Amino acid sequence: MNTDQIRQVIMKILSRIAPDNDLSGLKDEVPFREQMELDSMDFLDIVMELRKLYRVQIPEEDYGFLSTMASTVQYLIPKLQTATA
Amino acid sequence: MYDTIIIGAGLSGLAAGIRLAYYERPVCIVEKHTTIGGLNSFYRLRKRDHDVGLHAVTNYAKPGTKTGPLSKLLRQLRLRWEDFDLTPQCGSSVAFPGVTLQFTNEFEVFEQQVAERFPWQIDGFRRLVKQITEHDELNLANRESSAREIVRRAITDPFLVDMLFCPLMFYGSPTAHDMDFTQFVIMFKAIFLEGFARPHEGVRLIMRKVIQQYRKFGGELRLRSGVKHILSNNGKVSGVELESGEVLEARHVVSSAGSAETMRLCDVAPPEQEPYQPGAVSFFETIFSLDCMPSDLGHNETIIFYNDNSRFVYDAPVEPIDLRSGIICSPNNFQYTTPLDEGRVRITALANPDYWMNLPQDEYLAEKDAWTKRIVESSLRFMPDFRSHVIDTDAFTPRTITKFTSHFNGAVYGAPHKIRTGTTHLENLFLCGTDQGFLGIIGSMLSGITIANLHLLR
Repeated sequence: MNTDQIRQVIMKILSRIAPDNDLSGLKDEVPFREQMELDSMDFLDIVMELRKLYRVQIPEEDYGFLSTMASTVQYLIPKLQTATA
Repeated sequence: MYDTIIIGAGLSGLAAGIRLAYYERPVCIVEKHTTIGGLNSFYRLRKRDHDVGLHAVTNYAKPGTKTGPLSKLLRQLRLRWEDFDLTPQCGSSVAFPGVTLQFTNEFEVFEQQVAERFPWQIDGFRRLVKQITEHDELNLANRESSAREIVRRAITDPFLVDMLFCPLMFYGSPTAHDMDFTQFVIMFKAIFLEGFARPHEGVRLIMRKVIQQYRKFGGELRLRSGVKHILSNNGKVSGVELESGEVLEARHVVSSAGSAETMRLCDVAPPEQEPYQPGAVSFFETIFSLDCMPSDLGHNETIIFYNDNSRFVYDAPVEPIDLRSGIICSPNNFQYTTPLDEGRVRITALANPDYWMNLPQDEYLAEKDAWTKRIVESSLRFMPDFRSHVIDTDAFTPRTITKFTSHFNGAVYGAPHKIRTGTTHLENLFLCGTDQGFLGIIGSMLSGITIANLHLLR
């Protein structure tokens, strides 16, 4: 998967977790928490959805990489490079 | 071999099950009864559908609300807001001798009522509300503290203190006289700050949506499957033995049976200092079907919490039923677009569990009838006389609740001491439901979600 495809995957997961949020204006460099109503339960869901969809394991100490779209995509590039969208 | 076996197909067990099934964990819910629901169940009698636990769903939020317990649990269970068809209440009240405080799902209405009836207390009331809104009731590390002590620091009039505690205790206190402050905050937000709603179809709709979701994600449910033993080896659970003798193996067991009830199922007893005391607060509930709508008689309120004693006493009464206080609920009085088929009134009061548990069967039925009449007479101080319109009556007691839910003493709000983290003396046995501490329809589901997230999905 390339950067754009990974971004699409995250968008799909976010729309599942928070269906009432308008994601069209989401800014890649701004933390998710500042743009959407996400709590720790929702962050766990991002991790769980990635595991379910692509068998990606994200250890708890790496959760900090998931704060913005940009950092999440960057973090996932090596983990998803062999996955197909 | 299952990943997780969940004991009890009530809302907490089903919500935990949905989380696990959604993330592809092999999960099985075992339920002793012939149907799902637990403390929020339903039944059919003489061609009429009745709800058991549900007077109203608390924690109401308007469609599209992004914060709060209701939206949190809908997201977690991948349900849509429309799924629960929540219709807001018409308006409720706390009725005490000489003073009534009305409230709706708009908190300003309640605040205004307090300001008008207790003008000398309003500043303290606002300080208390601020403290409540800032308290994080979902933080599992909260220590137990006396709600009465904290409330008294802000509100000096004991009469108003009692009026605030009355609905909160009736709808969720496992302890007599006082509540843990976190429990008080949960209930205050659920009832006064968020409010009441109900699906047109009652609790059946919620149960159906939840079980459909569980099945859709691949969860397995076994009814008529009571657990005889929770099996363990060297401090670790290995599965359960059903009453039929069948053994189901699992890596984890989650029990919604109650803390004391769960410990009784363990073949290795917990260390003695562990505080697994069952609750002792239970209720007697009456359900009346009418030949008219309650509003035809001039009764428009959704719920009335009444008390006509100088102090509000919340405890298991010495008498079979405490007639001084109670709850009047009409499921008709919500803002539906089409009215319900039939008028209903439900009246609930505190009951003495021992009395109802130990009555011989022949006296039991006669006593149920006699106390049903007394409860109605007592409630007529707070609502129009509806007795000539009654076409069907049913009642249930602490004994009924124990029979169908296996909770000791018919304790609807569980044990006085909550185990918020859900952990036990066995490393892979967890508790969810009333004894984890989140109560009510919404709270019980959040309890199952919380335990699944915290211990099983990491």
